[in-house]
Amino acid sequence: MLFAVKKMTEQIQHIDPKLFEILETVSDPEIPVLSIMEMGVVRSAKIQNGIVNVQITPTYSGCPAMDVIGDDIIKAFQEKGLEAKVELILSPAWTTDWITPKGRLALEKYGIASPLNETADKEALLGNKKLVKCPQCGSFNTKLVSQFGSTACKAFFQCEDCLEPFDYFKCLK
Amino acid sequence: MREKYRNMNNNLVQYIFSIADNSLILGQRLGELCGHGPSLETDIAMTNISLDLFGQVRSYYQYAAKLIGNDETEDTIAFLRKERDYKNVLLVEQPNRDFAYSIARQFLFDLYHLLLLEELQNSSDATLSAIAKKSIKEVSYHTRFSSDWIRRLGDGTDESHNRIQTALNDLWVFTDELFHQTDAEKAMVSEGIGVDVTQLKEAFYKRVNTILEESTLQTPTIEYFQKGGKQGIHSEHMGYILTELQYMQRTYPNMTW
Ligand SMILES: [Zn+2]
Repeated sequence: MLFAVKKMTEQIQHIDPKLFEILETVSDPEIPVLSIMEMGVVRSAKIQNGIVNVQITPTYSGCPAMDVIGDDIIKAFQEKGLEAKVELILSPAWTTDWITPKGRLALEKYGIASPLNETADKEALLGNKKLVKCPQCGSFNTKLVSQFGSTACKAFFQCEDCLEPFDYFKCLK
Repeated sequence: MREKYRNMNNNLVQYIFSIADNSLILGQRLGELCGHGPSLETDIAMTNISLDLFGQVRSYYQYAAKLIGNDETEDTIAFLRKERDYKNVLLVEQPNRDFAYSIARQFLFDLYHLLLLEELQNSSDATLSAIAKKSIKEVSYHTRFSSDWIRRLGDGTDESHNRIQTALNDLWVFTDELFHQTDAEKAMVSEGIGVDVTQLKEAFYKRVNTILEESTLQTPTIEYFQKGGKQGIHSEHMGYILTELQYMQRTYPNMTW
């Protein structure tokens, strides 16, 4: 599993393995089932002169969760007796490709349809094709309600079989 | 405080303002629709676009604050400048007269914004290039949203068609200013940092024209254009926007929450 994660998120290479476990306890406040590691927002983490330096990258520019994530990282290390500094970096820009397979599964279980590839995403959001799977019943008989959902990163869909409304995490590439 | 600020009036800072102020003021306009959108979905969409724009603004202002130094922060830049120090174009300060106006304004700005970011990605300034690469993904969604609504309103009922046509006609006078170059822009273009907006004009009108045709709408043929915002000379609406935007910091200086 760890190897798969490594392959999915290139940034793991810059993460001190000792820090991995602590970082995994921090979750996205808007999607509590998803750790920031599964989300792929941690770009690097290393200990320098006794201080943990963590670089995170925002999912969306205006994502209010980023400030909270920064505070939560500092708190998580504090609990382990470590001082941490968090830096927000913009380049390279986050992409939904960095969400790990485990993360995608967690999203689905939580009731959020995970991002399709770029081409399929466009078709789905233009309402041309039914490609988004209902996370409740698994049906593809779903329709777009709104290109923007509860947050900027999601679109709003409804299942035409089980009638449940749900969020779809938009592809960002 | 303001004196110090003026001393820091270098071209790169001014250039950053000319880009970021558009997103700030448009974001503020869109924020006015929170709870007032014509439907729940459009309300959420417009405010989410607002949030994206504010997010981008924060990156730009944080960078500008770093360049200016002293005690300048993203917040002092956003909330404590005077009207003439804002360099946004007149288009983005135009009010939400009805949904058609909000969509027409968004559509015209999005197409311009996307063209600008496509070029800004190649800036020799690493921070501006990074912000552009990040923002372009978001602005692609904005463009899709507003273009989609242009089609729906244009090709909808007689009422929606007339309203969106009227909005486009009225806002058309503000399009030319998007392609005016300020001195700061010229200086940044020559350094390989800035985008030469005069080069975007043709592509802009072409893209607009294509979508308007698909929407059974007429491309306005007005030859008279308004300008001034990029020089800090704003329309009568700007003062009201800033009054609201700056209220908290002016009333309770240095407040935080
Ligand atoms: Zn279903």
